[in-house]
Amino acid sequence: MAGTGKAHLSQGETVLRIEDLFVEFPVGRSGLKVSAVAGISIDVREGETLGLVGESGCGKSTLGKAIMQIVTANSGQVLFGDIELTTLKGEELRQTRPRLQMIFQDPISSLNPRRRVGKIVREGLDIWKIGDEASRQAKVLEVLEVVGIDAEAAIGRRPHEFSGGQCQRISIARAVATEPRVIICDEPVSALDVSVQAQILNLLEDMKARYGLTLVFIAHDLAVVKNISDRVAVMYLGKLCEIATPDDLYASPAHPYTAALLSAIPVADPEVNPTLRGGVGGEIPSPLAPPSGCRFRTRCPLATEKCAEEEPQVQEVRPNHFVACHFPLAEGQDLPALEANIA
Amino acid sequence: MSAASIKESSATTPASEAPLLVVNDLKTYFKTDRGLVRAVDGVSFTLERGRTLGVVGESGSGKTVLSRSIMGLLPKRDVERSGSVKFEGVELVGADTSLMVEYWGDQMAMVFQDPMTSLNPVMRVGKQITEGLRQHLDISKDHANQTALALLSSVGIPEPERRLRQYPHEMSGGMRQRVMIAIAIACGPKLLFADEPTTALDVTVQAQILDLLQTQQRDRYMAMILVTHDLGVVAGRTDEIAVMYAGKVVEKAPTKVLFSNLRHPYTEALLSSIPKISDPSHTRLKTIGGRPPNLINPPSGCKFSPRCAYATDKCRTEEPPLSAPDSDGHQFSCWFPVELSAKQTAGVR
Ligand SMILES: Nc1ncnc2c1ncn2[C@@H]1O[C@H](COP(=O)(O)OP(=O)(O)OP(=O)(O)O)[C@@H](O)[C@H]1O
Ligand SMILES: Nc1ncnc2c1ncn2[C@@H]1O[C@H](COP(=O)(O)OP(=O)(O)O)[C@@H](O)[C@H]1O
Ligand code: SF4
Ligand code: SF4
Ligand SMILES: [Mg+2]
Ligand SMILES: [Mg+2]
Repeated sequence: MAGTGKAHLSQGETVLRIEDLFVEFPVGRSGLKVSAVAGISIDVREGETLGLVGESGCGKSTLGKAIMQIVTANSGQVLFGDIELTTLKGEELRQTRPRLQMIFQDPISSLNPRRRVGKIVREGLDIWKIGDEASRQAKVLEVLEVVGIDAEAAIGRRPHEFSGGQCQRISIARAVATEPRVIICDEPVSALDVSVQAQILNLLEDMKARYGLTLVFIAHDLAVVKNISDRVAVMYLGKLCEIATPDDLYASPAHPYTAALLSAIPVADPEVNPTLRGGVGGEIPSPLAPPSGCRFRTRCPLATEKCAEEEPQVQEVRPNHFVACHFPLAEGQDLPALEANIA
Repeated sequence: MSAASIKESSATTPASEAPLLVVNDLKTYFKTDRGLVRAVDGVSFTLERGRTLGVVGESGSGKTVLSRSIMGLLPKRDVERSGSVKFEGVELVGADTSLMVEYWGDQMAMVFQDPMTSLNPVMRVGKQITEGLRQHLDISKDHANQTALALLSSVGIPEPERRLRQYPHEMSGGMRQRVMIAIAIACGPKLLFADEPTTALDVTVQAQILDLLQTQQRDRYMAMILVTHDLGVVAGRTDEIAVMYAGKVVEKAPTKVLFSNLRHPYTEALLSSIPKISDPSHTRLKTIGGRPPNLINPPSGCKFSPRCAYATDKCRTEEPPLSAPDSDGHQFSCWFPVELSAKQTAGVR
């Protein structure tokens, strides 16, 4: 994790289990490769919401798309129930789609602008021939009402006639229509105003309870992720750093990167001087040439020679709290101040 | 600030002693096919030298149009702009473009939300900085180059010589925003507008950029108008906050007063809809129902009334005026302002 290992994987049954997943993108003809996901293992348990956080470019969306088989993994496994997705092809893969859905960040452009809302929500039911004509129509009306859209008025209209928040509701209706087991939500509220964001977060919680969903929730806003998740995984440059329950992770982060991320969050309290709160110096290194050993070491105030030589392995520091770091922070231990080293 | 005291200060004091910026009843309407969009609808405030005003509100509330209208950076056609913008006592509403050109860059400058679209993609970064310098300060090419180097180092860009020769796409988002700041402060403006300068950036980079803006501002004694939809961003970094709703300032107060004693139901609702990092996970969020109003046909009475939990018939028929500042300098426009008990539940992150 900012190293590798599987100590955190559950022994019991999981809905989704990703092992040793690697995704690389070639850069033009240069022979160079972006290492977007670099040996990630993670599991998602029945009925939970797993939050995924990390800075832009750390590979969150790529991981989501690799689970969906929208991008092809170079190696590793994605087990959905007992089906191994990475080796499935064509029709077999298509048959898994209604059970595994994805919602994207930009609510307006992720809906086909030429289609009417009724058709958009129905699409999955038609493609996978779920139910008969009457039951499909009933399902469309049901899910639209459930997400808070006036179904009768909406089905004949097109996406551009709706606000960003309403489009995100329609995306959610479309995703739940096929009765999926898992929905991967890639930054579903990042493009929305705080007021609409709160409505959509509450809606996702309601959908989860109503349809018994399991969610993977990708976001870069740590407060949002804390609010919705049962477990949170922190990623850095294609690796996992830390995974724990949100209350534990936020109260006592064990990975220096998590601690630094938490200290960079702006707080709506004028008594707190933001310039004295730490944060992370510098910028994320190029994924074309990630640092050896621990990928976070170029920005880590605790880094030693060992961190450059050896990749840290994931270990359980407290019950259900896993971290990949040679020198994890103890409970209550603060991260020393960082030098503002801009890479 | 009342209209009377504005007149008094601008009529009798010499330009250099007049407040840096006095905006009075500024209105900016756009004529569109669907009708008149009242994007800014009577905004007044005063900003002194070296101070920071935060402007907060949902998208579409008029924050960007307000900044652009103060700077005179509006489309040439189909705009109605009225009211008064006095910069060091000089009236800018109705001023010639030739006068405004002297102000842009030199006296006031702007950092935009998306540095990629506001930098010229086909011009080296160095040239983009030196061009402005040479235009405004009338200095030699060498001198301009030296200044550009110094500026890039001062905004925390390592290896400035190499960076000067790069194009914007060769830089990360955070680096580009640093370049934007370097360009904006190059000519030593007295007033800097930062319109959502960190909305497109990661929290880590966001913190770095906001720190940078703050140090530059202190070192140069610039005034700043920091526009954002994130109350967390303005909390520790502004002297005063104006909350905008539907083209109007609905509450304005010194930052500490606003957070400890908010009075407007919209400010309360905005603050309580933010997930708080200190709350346990799965805390049910308070939401503001509905959406911001249509600015072509806004609701009658208080524009927040269709979404306000405390609205009465009076609210739906009569528009509340912005109150005169109290002894704390606190102003709000509401018939039934939030009382202490309700406020405490709003809390902070
Ligand atoms: N199709 C692609 N071709 C080449 N590189 C890619 C491609 N998709 C992603 N990458 C690169 O892979 C890395 C991970 O990207 P990814 O989109 O997964 O990040 P992310 O964590 O979702 O970031 P953000 O928070 O900005 O959405 C980045 O360096 C990105 O530039
Ligand atoms: N050039 C324009 N023509 C017509 N309407 C505009 C124009 N620019 C902005 N508006 C409208 O003015 C209102 C305020 O916009 P803006 O200031 O950009 O909001 P904010 O910055 O608070 O998100 C919006 O309703 C927007 O659609
Ligand atoms: S202490 Fe070492 S292993 Fe741990 S995060 Fe820092 S660099 Fe990585
Ligand atoms: S005037 Fe009435 S509707 Fe408007 S904010 Fe105050 S209580 Fe709410
Ligand atoms: Mg992404
Ligand atoms: Mg704006």
